[in-house]
Amino acid sequence: MYEGVVQDLIDELGRLPGVGPKSAQRIAFHLLQADPADVRRLVSALVEVKEKVRFCEVCGNVAEGEKCRICADSRRDGSAICVVEEPKDVVAIERTREFRGRYHVLGGAISPIEGVGPDDLRIKELMTRLASGEVTEIIIATDPNLEGEATASYLARFLRPMGLRVTRLASGLPVGGDLEYADEVTLGRAFEGRRLLDA
Amino acid sequence: MPLYRDEAIVLRTQKLGEADRIVTLLSRTQGKVRVVGKGVRRTKSRFGARLEPAMMVDLQCYEGRSLDTVTQAETLASWGDVLARDYTTYTAATAMLETADRLTEEREPSLQQYLLLAGALRSMAEGTHDPGLVLDAYLLRALAIAGWAPSFHDCARCGAEGPHRAFNLAAGGTVCPSCRPPGSAAPAPETLRLLAALLAGDWEVADASEVRHRREGTGLATAFLQWHLERGVRSLRLVERRDPTADPGAGQGAGQGAGRGAGHGAGRGAGPVGPGVPAQGQVTPLRVEAQA
Ligand SMILES: [Zn+2]
Ligand SMILES: [Zn+2]
Repeated sequence: MYEGVVQDLIDELGRLPGVGPKSAQRIAFHLLQADPADVRRLVSALVEVKEKVRFCEVCGNVAEGEKCRICADSRRDGSAICVVEEPKDVVAIERTREFRGRYHVLGGAISPIEGVGPDDLRIKELMTRLASGEVTEIIIATDPNLEGEATASYLARFLRPMGLRVTRLASGLPVGGDLEYADEVTLGRAFEGRRLLDA
Repeated sequence: MPLYRDEAIVLRTQKLGEADRIVTLLSRTQGKVRVVGKGVRRTKSRFGARLEPAMMVDLQCYEGRSLDTVTQAETLASWGDVLARDYTTYTAATAMLETADRLTEEREPSLQQYLLLAGALRSMAEGTHDPGLVLDAYLLRALAIAGWAPSFHDCARCGAEGPHRAFNLAAGGTVCPSCRPPGSAAPAPETLRLLAALLAGDWEVADASEVRHRREGTGLATAFLQWHLERGVRSLRLVERRDPTADPGAGQGAGQGAGRGAGHGAGRGAGPVGPGVPAQGQVTPLRVEAQA
């Protein structure tokens, strides 16, 4: 244990995701020795992000205004919504440049063991967006793990009877890998999602 | 570094650092183990889906100072993949996994708990019985293995031969008129017969039971579990119960008919029934569901 403010800093850093007590200590001492200007820049970045950035009132993505950049862009296709767990997933999909529609950020996945149920996610907000009838396709891009899969099952169950085209991102073999290393579930999904080769 | 190998079922996973996970497993010979799966969250991880909940694996680890690390995992059964395709079976299976986690201790072998969980997950994935019944049967039997076998026929206090009408959680189940503590419940005799059948594995009786008795039985089975476990089992709150009378085909089958990642329809012509759907019904604990 350290004295007063140093220990306070270590405690605060230790509450950040992925930062254990050892890392917290290391970061704290790095900051103690750093140039005051660097530390001030970090502080203002932290304060500014809390002051300026909020969540898009439409899709739940991070935004600097009421709407995020994507929701505010009239050139985006309003008939397709890609449903993701976190804002960082929006960034990942945007990098592909494959998708021209809009997003909906759920804020996580259904995880009963963590006490996260459907009501804790932004599902109600998704339903509100569908009321106008403009949306015709929903692409479910939750994580390809058990919780993401179960969340997709849950969503599909009441989206499909609404007459929407509901798709799920394909799971399969990672590009650049060897077939023999794939696990059975991944390989099985790759079979299910196989596509016709155009001549 | 000492290596060991065991057959195990993944109970839960927790994120660790950038791309790792702490994986809690119930193993055949060593009881519960907590190990680190390095890099499992990367999409190119060689473990793929093998270390996801409800998977049964042939596991190889090396012992570390605090946590062991997985070096190899081969799939023995991929129940989790099947169960997650249906929301009802997913919530029921999660409640079983959490219960198994709560009822077992690290490095304390419990072959019986292991075999019970494996059997219940297999049964649920195959879809031969209503998932709600499989869950309740699992809860009662897991409690019995842990030394808290409830009584549904004879008196739990004096052993007087049943059937008895009164039921008391603290007393351990059904109680005779002379042992009955004040405030005991009086469930339907059919409910007690159902619970006895679930505990004994008499599926003929269980499958033929009526919904209202299943519902009452679920209440008693979960109350029993929560009574014995200090902090309740969190997942139980989110378990969806199916009404098998709503559609003759609905009580069955997680994997069989369900399409890829699609789950079941919300009932023909029923419209959206998601929670918090504006101006629509709330999800009831016992969802009426039909196959799409
Ligand atoms: Zn937005
Ligand atoms: Zn008695």
